[in-house]
Amino acid sequence: MNNFKLNSNAPNGELHTKWEDYKKTLNKLTPEEANKYKVIIIGTGLAGASAAATLAEKGFNIHAFSYHESPRRAHSIAAQGGINAAKNYKQDGDSVMRLFYDTIKGGDFRSREDNVYRLAELSVNIIDQCVAQGVPFAREYGGLLDNRSFGGVQVSRTFYARGQTGQQLLLGAYSALSRQTNAGKVTFYPRHDMLDIVTVDGKAKGIVTRNLLNGKIESHSADVVILATGGYSNVYYLSTNAMASNVTANWRAHRKGALFANPSFTQIHPTCIPVKNDFQSKLTLMSESLRNDGRVWVPKKKNDTRKAVDIPEEERDYYLERIYPAFGNLVPRDVASRRAKEVCDNGQGVGNTGVAVYLDFKKAIKEKGEQFIKEKYGNLFDMYQNITDENPYKTPMKIYPAVHYTMGGLWVDYNLMTTIPGLFSIGESNFSDHGANRLGASALMQGLADGYFVAPHTIMDYLATENPDFSNKTDQKEFVAAVEETEKDIEDIMSIKGDLVVDEVHRELGKVVWDKVGMARDKKGLNHAIDSIPKIKEKFWKNVSIPGSDKDMNQELEKALRLKDFIELAELMAHDALDRNESCGAHFREEYQTPENEAERNDKDFKYVAAWGYNKNGKPSLFKEELKYKNVKLKTRSYK
Amino acid sequence: MNINLKIWRQSSDKKDGKLHDYRLENVDPNISFLEMLDILNNKLVKEKKDPVAFDHDCREGICGSCGFMINGRPHGPQKATTVCQLHMRSFKDEDDILLEPFRAKSFGVIKDLSVDRKSFDRIISSSGFVSVDTGEAGEANYIPIEKNNADEAFLSAACIGCGACVAACKNSSAMLFTSAKVSHLALLPQGEKEQADRVNKMVATMDAEGFGACTNTGACSAECPKEISQTNIARLNREFVKAQLGSFIKKK
Repeated sequence: MNNFKLNSNAPNGELHTKWEDYKKTLNKLTPEEANKYKVIIIGTGLAGASAAATLAEKGFNIHAFSYHESPRRAHSIAAQGGINAAKNYKQDGDSVMRLFYDTIKGGDFRSREDNVYRLAELSVNIIDQCVAQGVPFAREYGGLLDNRSFGGVQVSRTFYARGQTGQQLLLGAYSALSRQTNAGKVTFYPRHDMLDIVTVDGKAKGIVTRNLLNGKIESHSADVVILATGGYSNVYYLSTNAMASNVTANWRAHRKGALFANPSFTQIHPTCIPVKNDFQSKLTLMSESLRNDGRVWVPKKKNDTRKAVDIPEEERDYYLERIYPAFGNLVPRDVASRRAKEVCDNGQGVGNTGVAVYLDFKKAIKEKGEQFIKEKYGNLFDMYQNITDENPYKTPMKIYPAVHYTMGGLWVDYNLMTTIPGLFSIGESNFSDHGANRLGASALMQGLADGYFVAPHTIMDYLATENPDFSNKTDQKEFVAAVEETEKDIEDIMSIKGDLVVDEVHRELGKVVWDKVGMARDKKGLNHAIDSIPKIKEKFWKNVSIPGSDKDMNQELEKALRLKDFIELAELMAHDALDRNESCGAHFREEYQTPENEAERNDKDFKYVAAWGYNKNGKPSLFKEELKYKNVKLKTRSYK
Repeated sequence: MNINLKIWRQSSDKKDGKLHDYRLENVDPNISFLEMLDILNNKLVKEKKDPVAFDHDCREGICGSCGFMINGRPHGPQKATTVCQLHMRSFKDEDDILLEPFRAKSFGVIKDLSVDRKSFDRIISSSGFVSVDTGEAGEANYIPIEKNNADEAFLSAACIGCGACVAACKNSSAMLFTSAKVSHLALLPQGEKEQADRVNKMVATMDAEGFGACTNTGACSAECPKEISQTNIARLNREFVKAQLGSFIKKK
């Protein structure tokens, strides 16, 4: 691996014809030929379900695994605001080129041009496909599709279904998947955790799973394995991710040789309901779309304890509108989050804890009417009221940033293949497309672009070069060894018999990662994290307590198996953040900022993707993929 | 606040279950109902006892994983709210709170409060989709859809598949769930072509899964956390009659 050189494998040629030209050169299989291959897909959210359905339509036999009881429960379902597409229906000057540029710039010039252009190009096909499936997007009175605006852009290109866009898109992909289940092309394995990848002669050929109902450890073989397992925000314990979202599948792949790229690029979403007490189990997002009509402010005076309504206009600081007159409340997420932290650190925060800012709809309600606001954001307002017991139609919402999405993930080439041949990674689970910061409404776009339109072509091309082997190979030594190793891990955890609940250890880990590898990082803090995480690891392996049996449904064991991998990941995140001596996008190093407190990039030394290799006993090894910009000019991001 | 819990404990579908008593003191009324269960479970683990199993994931009321009976009502006392969005301020100090799994022949108990709802997936995969392959779609705006129809379709499509409707129904009928999908697609031009076939197959699968018949009591809709309207059932019935008549005429 030492002389290994990372190659994006992007084809040569003009940016705007590259993907179409490349597709023509890829190997094809007829449905009859495809029928001889077996494909394993882990995760059935937007990326996994769309890839499973599309590959099944092409004739492949799909074995899809999820820890959920049904594909419809995947966390994609919770995405609220929308999905971007360069349709230019509003005739406001949008184009594929513009979406491409916005995404590259939004990611602070740390993503790959070729991938991002392809994403922008495919965005329009996604909308067509989803509409054909019956996804009920919002429409105008004339019957045409409606759009709204999102952060970091000056055009209106976001398609939406109230505040439930992720739900509707996932149910669309789920329906396409269900159609293939009905056709006998997809076998779905519910309530299965993937606990290891099996490689044979260096190629991914199968997986090890644990049946969550009876604890049975099994292996499954296939011709190719696709990971569509989402992000790892739950390393922070508190995040907007669902409770079970985890890094285990990706981490097991990493341990088997897949490089992990930009692990410290984690997105802190600016508008979430603030933490209220120690029992808090998760954080709830309030969609970015709210910033279309909501205005962010704090009192000008420090430690102002007056109620929001008692603070007159002239004593309010609408700080985003003040600092960024061009984009105002719609600056990108990383910028909005950091500014919120800044005003709170400065003593201007509101609420009991002083760790929150206001998001105020008074002006919009006055100008557009309560009914208009209700139609656009009704479910979000209800959710807010349910959780906080406050009515956002009457008093401003209190919000604070929270961990929401991870730009980092498994390194993949242009074909979305990891550094293990035959192992693909799609959707949030890979690192591609969003650089150091993702723009709002682009996660759904990437998940579906990968699943519907990219992976099916590149995976078919890969499989065309592989001899199909439908036989069950799980008695091969590689499979047997992987099963034994997994069983040993579980046995070790079950035999700890300490007195700490898994959540206690996880909370402790989360606090370190949030404080030191969160919204702002510095050398001292990162070194502290690198010192303290191994101690948490030791605590876990000495002191955790799992009641019951591993041969049964055991939700504590499930959590423990996930936490052990989060702990290892956390350490890698700190190494990555420490190594990157610059600020870019969501990665903000205190030492590297401009006089206006903006991120200060260092393109000379850090214009690369940091892809990390796993070493069992020792520091991770760094491989760099230089980023080349031929079509955009690198410049300092400005939203002023 | 202090509360007295009575929770259904059942180690698997093969064993009998029974109610167990638990008392929790000094519960913060501002925590969510599931956070209260987290506290109970942490306590049980500390005592080396088996924690209560229940399904949950997003804790934002959208994934449809959570759901059990609280004092005889699916998702508890608050209207239009899933268990995960319910907060302890909905209860009073020293309240007795009874927790049981959703009860229905088609939803077997897996463990404690967790039930098997795979039958819902089978209803959808029988025909709850539009038959269009990836890449076959034409330009999205070529088919304008009346805003009212699109909005209605959205309201039907907002079903989260939690199963509260089945648990609320004295017949354990899945009519609200099935009709929501039938309606969603019947209201849109994309779904129209396959409508007759869809409604026939989905109703047949629903029956085969052992769900009961609908007698229009409306409990399903009243208890639905997403307020899926009973109008959907009327729409399913109309589509079903149309489909049956259609095939009758074709046979003649």
